[in-house]
Amino acid sequence: MLTFLPSEHKHNRPAASAVEANRNDVRAVETRGLAKDYLAGSFLQRKKRALDALDLEVDEGEIFGLIGPNGAGKTTTLKLLMGLVFPSGGEARILGRPLGDPEMKQQIGYLPEQPYFYEYLTGRELMNYFGQLFGLSREERDARSRELLEKVGMTEAADVPLRKYSKGMTQRLGIAQALVNRPRLVFLDEPMSGLDPLGRREISLLIRELRESGVTVFFCSHILSDVEQLCDRVAILNRGKLVQAGRLSEIIDVSLRAVEVVVEGLSPDLESRIAGSFRELRRQGPRSHLSFPDMPSFEKALPLLIGGGGARLVSVNPVKETLEDHFFREVKAGARE
Amino acid sequence: MNAVAESRPIATGSRVEVARALRKIGYVALNTYRETVRDKVLYNLVLFALLMIGSSYVLGAISVYQEIKVIKDLGLAAISAFGIVIAIFIGIGLVSKEMEKRTLYSVLPKPISRSQFLLGKYLGLCLTLLVNVAVMTVGLYALLFLMRHPFDPALLKAIFLIYLELALLVAVAILFSTFTSSILAALFAGFVYVTGYFSSDLKNLEGVVDSAFLPQLTRVLYYVLPNFKNFDVKAAVVAGDPVPLSQLSWATAYAAIYVALLLVASCWIFRQRNLK
Repeated sequence: MLTFLPSEHKHNRPAASAVEANRNDVRAVETRGLAKDYLAGSFLQRKKRALDALDLEVDEGEIFGLIGPNGAGKTTTLKLLMGLVFPSGGEARILGRPLGDPEMKQQIGYLPEQPYFYEYLTGRELMNYFGQLFGLSREERDARSRELLEKVGMTEAADVPLRKYSKGMTQRLGIAQALVNRPRLVFLDEPMSGLDPLGRREISLLIRELRESGVTVFFCSHILSDVEQLCDRVAILNRGKLVQAGRLSEIIDVSLRAVEVVVEGLSPDLESRIAGSFRELRRQGPRSHLSFPDMPSFEKALPLLIGGGGARLVSVNPVKETLEDHFFREVKAGARE
Repeated sequence: MNAVAESRPIATGSRVEVARALRKIGYVALNTYRETVRDKVLYNLVLFALLMIGSSYVLGAISVYQEIKVIKDLGLAAISAFGIVIAIFIGIGLVSKEMEKRTLYSVLPKPISRSQFLLGKYLGLCLTLLVNVAVMTVGLYALLFLMRHPFDPALLKAIFLIYLELALLVAVAILFSTFTSSILAALFAGFVYVTGYFSSDLKNLEGVVDSAFLPQLTRVLYYVLPNFKNFDVKAAVVAGDPVPLSQLSWATAYAAIYVALLLVASCWIFRQRNLK
């Protein structure tokens, strides 16, 4: 069982004063009209737009989630930001610097989607190799490998060759390697992929811990409940286009959508007396599930439900829109267009 | 005065940058070396080459008065042939397999340029080949020692040129692996080796065939492809003919220029490459 001990997270940054000086006017990630075309088709190749004029702004210190169905352009966005593919249009800056800038790369971490590492290396050797590329000293590399492998629960497998790793183990190592340089900004592509519920919970805690120590986290995910729990702000992509971006409270309709009430012993007489208030009634054994459209309707029926009509109130549940509801609504709307 | 004062930190800064870049190339090279020496295919190839060198003893035994010549011939041929197989089949895996398996995705976002990565890969494989050639050379000399043959330093000249030939072939393999799949890269590198080896015959084709297009094509191939025969002094060394130092220096310069051009082209292509 692994624990997440609070540890000081020193960022691998250039001179602190220089960073502080431009910190206020620098965004963690900024894209303007970022676009990417791929050639599709095996014989007659046609251009296919994978990402279309993406404008994004991610502030330092926040957890930003990029969500969207398969093929929406999430991974393309990350690959563009990481310099693995080159934009067909537009521009992007990370920590105020252009893509590919070595100083910028020194300060970021990246977990690719379904990561694949050198099979002939062990977990510890991989961490050491990546630490070398960041210019860390031997002592720093050793300490950092030990600390991070423990953090992701991989201490016991540290000296096992990666070809023997399961998908979940590779994913955990992928997260550890993304943090080897104490990044100021970390990009995680589907960080929960391949992990069991326990692993997902551990990684959620790790992401929160990173934010608390001032690290900006930019992640893509299909798992909307994770995004909803973790993110300060989200952007929804669909078919290569930005559908919406903002704080969760801004983009999700936080108003009440219904009040779900469960009562026991609802008599036909009582049902007829509250008939005008509720929208839907479902009976399940002795219990009745009532759905009221809003709070005033519920409040109107409440005295009758608790006031000697023979019924007993079991539960009251105000229903709000979830990110999942919102996401499906937006994606469906996009599909109709 | 100021200009002088300011130029110093800049010069020091650029030296630091160069040292940092060289260190990163070195890390990639060492990791590549580790990758190849942990590859079972490599061990099989080296073992097979040593077996072939060993089997020349049997062939030598049935060639009356020619044992040493047969051992030297076969030994040098084994070092060259297995080196070529290693250079092509492991060489092409260096970059195209990294793209196919997506191991590059976690490396290139780190503070290393694509050119540094490619040069590191190249040097790493050269290091592997150096160790392999050394092992096979020790095997050959050990066999000759067992045959009570005195140490013949001339063989080292042939082996040095074989090594240059392999270093050049790896650069060819790297170039192809920056823009094609690993299978195609292996085929192309093999084609370049065979065509390059017979390139002087290609030039002679002009006078033999009755076609307008073919001689032009062969002339282009002759001038563009490296002439691998320049590195082949095996027969001369075994026959005891002298191989002057000037020939070695010329071949070294020839290989260095070709390798440099191929690596510059590889880096240029690799820098533009979108990773799928």
